Parts: sequence; structure tokens; C-alpha cells
Amino acid sequence: MSENLAPKKEAESGVSKRDKLVKIIGSMLDKVEKAGSLTRESIFQELIDLKKVIEESRREIGMARPGDIRSKDIPTATDELDAVVEATAAATATIMDSCDAIQTAAGEVGGAPADKINEEVMKIFEACSFQDITGQRITKVVKTLRSIEERVGHLISLLGDKAQGSGEHEDKRVGDARLLNGPQLPQKAVSQDEIDKLLAELDGQ
Amino acid sequence: MSVNKSINILIVDDYTTMLRIIKNLLKQLGFDNVDEATDGTAALEKIKNKEYGLVISDWNMEPMTGLELLKQVRGSEAAYKNVPFIMVTAESKTENVVAAKQAGVNNYIVKPFNAETLKTKIASVLGEF
Repeated sequence: MSENLAPKKEAESGVSKRDKLVKIIGSMLDKVEKAGSLTRESIFQELIDLKKVIEESRREIGMARPGDIRSKDIPTATDELDAVVEATAAATATIMDSCDAIQTAAGEVGGAPADKINEEVMKIFEACSFQDITGQRITKVVKTLRSIEERVGHLISLLGDKAQGSGEHEDKRVGDARLLNGPQLPQKAVSQDEIDKLLAELDGQ
Repeated sequence: MSVNKSINILIVDDYTTMLRIIKNLLKQLGFDNVDEATDGTAALEKIKNKEYGLVISDWNMEPMTGLELLKQVRGSEAAYKNVPFIMVTAESKTENVVAAKQAGVNNYIVKPFNAETLKTKIASVLGEF
């Protein structure tokens, strides 16, 4: 995305869009002040330049695909983070279930070994509080992403159609890298049963 | 002063994992009468309807936060007004601690914590055990 943005180009030319706009508006104000030198042609030319800078800015913002950022990139990121919270919560619950079972078994054994087992199990319980902390941190990140999503939405409403994305991401990855998409979200994931079925079908070919 | 370990304790947290951890730690410390609530509103209802000897609450919850719960409890004219209240939270900024203290908190535990810290803080509020 960053390679589409204007700053790189501006850095090369040494003049930012904002500088250009300020310069053109300054020039127009100068001419208005010196009403004697004001001609229809000069004002028209200044307005043409101004329009050109604004059009270029809109086009460059459009290339950054803010529509895609709002409708696809950010929702995907927040869904992934929600899935992390759910998965860690489920794993933590399983760990704690096992801890309960170990403590029950230790109670049946009794004596010093049981005390030692309970002591270690308590450390596991304490460590499980990571899920609460990471959950809170991730929730904070999700809130920030949703705030960015809102701002991008506002930007799109200001810029109109030119800010909409294509809806399609061009995947520039090649080779094996193109196949690496990380873990799928639970609702989108292919189940082990489905994979087994597919393998059986492929074996039968 | 010996601590009465049969007191009712209310733990409040919107993460069930945390509720389970605290309940287990309390059990290890000898406190078996533990009730749970997942936000301030539910906790306040329980406090109004049952006598608790200690409330251990998270801060960051919706719709009612732990701080709001504390303020409602301390602002009440009912008998529960002075119930010992320990805040257990990931909010560790100075202004948070100051705000909780001003609202009448008895002690403040920063997550993550261990059984020893919980024991020390409970002892500071209820007495050594």
C-alpha cells in the first residue's frame, strides 16, 4: 500500500501537495489584493492549477484503496484478533479443567506429594491470567482499528467514488509464499473431515 | 485478630478465566464461600441482596465498571456501604490508583498477580491469617 502513497514521490520532487496548494492560494490572494493586475485569465489559470493538485491528491488517495481498507483489511484484522481471544480463552479453560482434575487426584493421594502437586498447579493457575491480560490488550488494538475504520469511512465520504477500492487485492506473492495465509478463522476454516474427504477423492483419481 | 474464613466473598470480573483463577486461589487460601459476577451492575444486585465480607473487583467492565461499582457502594446509605473492597486490575497508572483510593478502595492489586500477593492484600484488609 505504502508504495502507492504520495510522500515518496513528493520527497523526490522536494515539494509537497500541501506546499503547492499553499503557493497557489497565496498567489491568488496576492492578485486579489493587487486588484489592478487581476485578469480573468490569470485567475482562471490559478484555478486550473488548483484543480489539478486536488485531482492528483484524490487519485493518489484512491490508489491507497481506502475503500478496501475499510471494507476488507480492517474487518479481517479485527476478526483475526477476535479469533485469537476466543482460541486462547478456550485453551485456558482446558488447561484449568486439567488442573482441577489433577488437584482432585492429588487430594486422593494426600500427604507431602499432594501438597507439592497443589503448589505447582497453583502456579499454572496464576500463569493462566495471561489470557485476561492479552485479551485486554487485543481488545484495545481492535478498538483502535475500528476507530481507524471510522476515519477512513469519513475520508471516503469526503472524496467520493475515487476513494473506493477495487474490492480485489492484487496478490503479488509468488511460489509457495502465495499459499501461505496463516490459520483460517473458525467460521471459514476447512474441517479435518473435509480435508480427509478431499484426500480420499484425490487418492481415488 | 483471626480472620473468619467463612465470610461471603464476591468476585467481579468480565473474564471468566479470571473469575476461575481468583476463586481457585481463594479456595487455596481457605475461603470457600465465593460468589461471582461479570460486571458492576450484576455485582451491585448481589451486594444489595446478600451480606459480603469482602468484594474483589476488576475495574474495566461494561456496562458498569469496577470504579463505578465502588462509588455506588460507598455512596449508599445501606449496611453494605463499608464492605471491604479490593480492586484487581490491569490499570496500573498512578491516576487510576489515586481515583480508586479517593473512591474508597481498601487495596489495589495489579494484574497479573500471584497467590502470595492476593493473600497479602486480603490480610491487609481483613487481618492476618
